[in-house]
Amino acid sequence: MTDLGPLIPRNRDAHPPAYDTGYKTSVSRSPSWPLLSMESTPSEETGPRFGHSQLGEYDNNLIVNWTRGKELAVGERILVHGRVLDEMGRPVPHTLVEIWQANAGGRYRHKKDVYFAPLDPNFGGCGRTITDENGYYEFLTVRPGAYPWMNRGNDWRPMHIHFSIFGHSFGQRLITQMYFEGDPLIKHCPIIATIKDPKQIEGLVAALDFSHSRPMDFLAYKFDIVLRGRRQTRFENKLEGM
Amino acid sequence: MVQKLDTLVETASQTAGPYVHIGCMPTYAGNAGAYDVETGAEGPALEGAKGEVIEITGEVLDGMGWALRDVMLECWQADAAGIYPHEEGADPKVTGFARIGADFDTGKFTLRTIKPGAVAARGGGKQAPHISLWLTARGINIGLQTRVYFEDEDNAEDPLLNRIEQAPRRQTLIAKKTGDGTYTFNIVLQGEGETVFLDL
Ligand SMILES: [Fe+2]
Repeated sequence: MTDLGPLIPRNRDAHPPAYDTGYKTSVSRSPSWPLLSMESTPSEETGPRFGHSQLGEYDNNLIVNWTRGKELAVGERILVHGRVLDEMGRPVPHTLVEIWQANAGGRYRHKKDVYFAPLDPNFGGCGRTITDENGYYEFLTVRPGAYPWMNRGNDWRPMHIHFSIFGHSFGQRLITQMYFEGDPLIKHCPIIATIKDPKQIEGLVAALDFSHSRPMDFLAYKFDIVLRGRRQTRFENKLEGM
Repeated sequence: MVQKLDTLVETASQTAGPYVHIGCMPTYAGNAGAYDVETGAEGPALEGAKGEVIEITGEVLDGMGWALRDVMLECWQADAAGIYPHEEGADPKVTGFARIGADFDTGKFTLRTIKPGAVAARGGGKQAPHISLWLTARGINIGLQTRVYFEDEDNAEDPLLNRIEQAPRRQTLIAKKTGDGTYTFNIVLQGEGETVFLDL
C-alpha cells in the first residue's frame, strides 16, 4: 500500500456536537464520554470502492429512475451538481455519492413516513452516482418539499436533500444535508442549529446557479462537498520521538 | 493579520434522519427494486471467501437501554490474512464492506462475515483482528465510529485498546463468544457500559 499519510484529525468544531437539546432525539442517543482520539491506522485509511458496474442507467436521475424512464416525477425540475474535494482542495475522483429526499409535497417513500402529503407514484426519492476524475457529480431531481416533524410544538424541515459520501478512506465517511439558497425555514431549523459555526451552516446551503440551468427545462443548484484530507509532509517517516 | 491558509474545512455533518434507508438500503425502506444492486447488500465476504465464517448479533442501545430500531451500521474489515480489499494479495471474495439495518420491530442486527486477520498498525507492528463500524441514525448528529474485537483473540498488544485509559472500558469493544463462530456485540450509546467511540 502506498502510504499517503495519516488522515488529518477531524476538527470537531466544524461539526455539530452529539448532544443538543434543541434536537430532542439526540439527547438519549449521544455518548457522554469523550471520543478516543488517536492517529488513523490502515483500518481508517483504506475504504470500500464502488464501480460503475454497480450503477444502473437511471440512478442519477430521480425524475425518472423510479419508473425506469417511463414516467416523470411531479415537481420543480432541478439539477444538483458540484465537486467532492478534500481539505487540501484536491478533487476526490471515482467516489460514490448517494442522495435521498422527500417528494415535491414533502413526503418520503418510506414505510415509516405517514405525512398527509401523498406519494408520487413516479418518484422513489433516491439516487446515486460516482464522481468523475475531477471529483464532479450531478443529479437531476425535483425540488423536495418542506415537511413537519415531531420535535418541538411546530417544527418544519427546510427543503433539503440528504447526501452520503464515501471518499477513499473509511475514516472520511460523511452524511450530511444540502439546503437551498433563500429558504426562509433554514433559520428556524433545530437540526441546522446543531451546527454552531455560521460559516459551516453556509457551507450546506447550495447556491442557485444559472450557469448550469437549462432554459425551459431545469434550474441548477451548486453544492460542493469537502471531505477529510491526508497529511503529507516530508517528515512523516522519521523515527518515533526524534 | 496573517497569511491565509489555502486548506478547506470539512463539510459539516448532519443527522442521517429516520429515512436513511431510502437512500442507502432501499429494500429496507420498503422500496425493493429501486436499484439493481444495492450498496453493501452482498455482505463483506462473498461465497468462497477464505477464513472462519462468523456471525455477530447485537443491539444498539440508547441512554435508556432501549434498542434503536432505525439505526444503520456500516462495517469495514480486512480479509482472513489481514489484508484490506484492493491491496496486493487481498482475497478477491472479500469486499470488506456491508450495510446492516437493525430490525424495525426488535432492534436486533446481524453481521455475517469471515473473521479478519491481524492488520498492520501505522509505523509497524500489528493491530489485533477487528471490524470497524460506523453508525448513523435519527438523533445522531455525526456518525459514530467504533470497532469490534474478539474475545477469543489475543488483544493484549493492540495499540488502540491499550490507549483506553480505563481498562474496564476496553471490554466495550470486545465481542463475546456465544458458540461456534457466533458472537454478541451490543453498542451502548450512553450511560452505564457506554461503548468507546473513536476519533481517528
Ligand atoms: Fe429529511
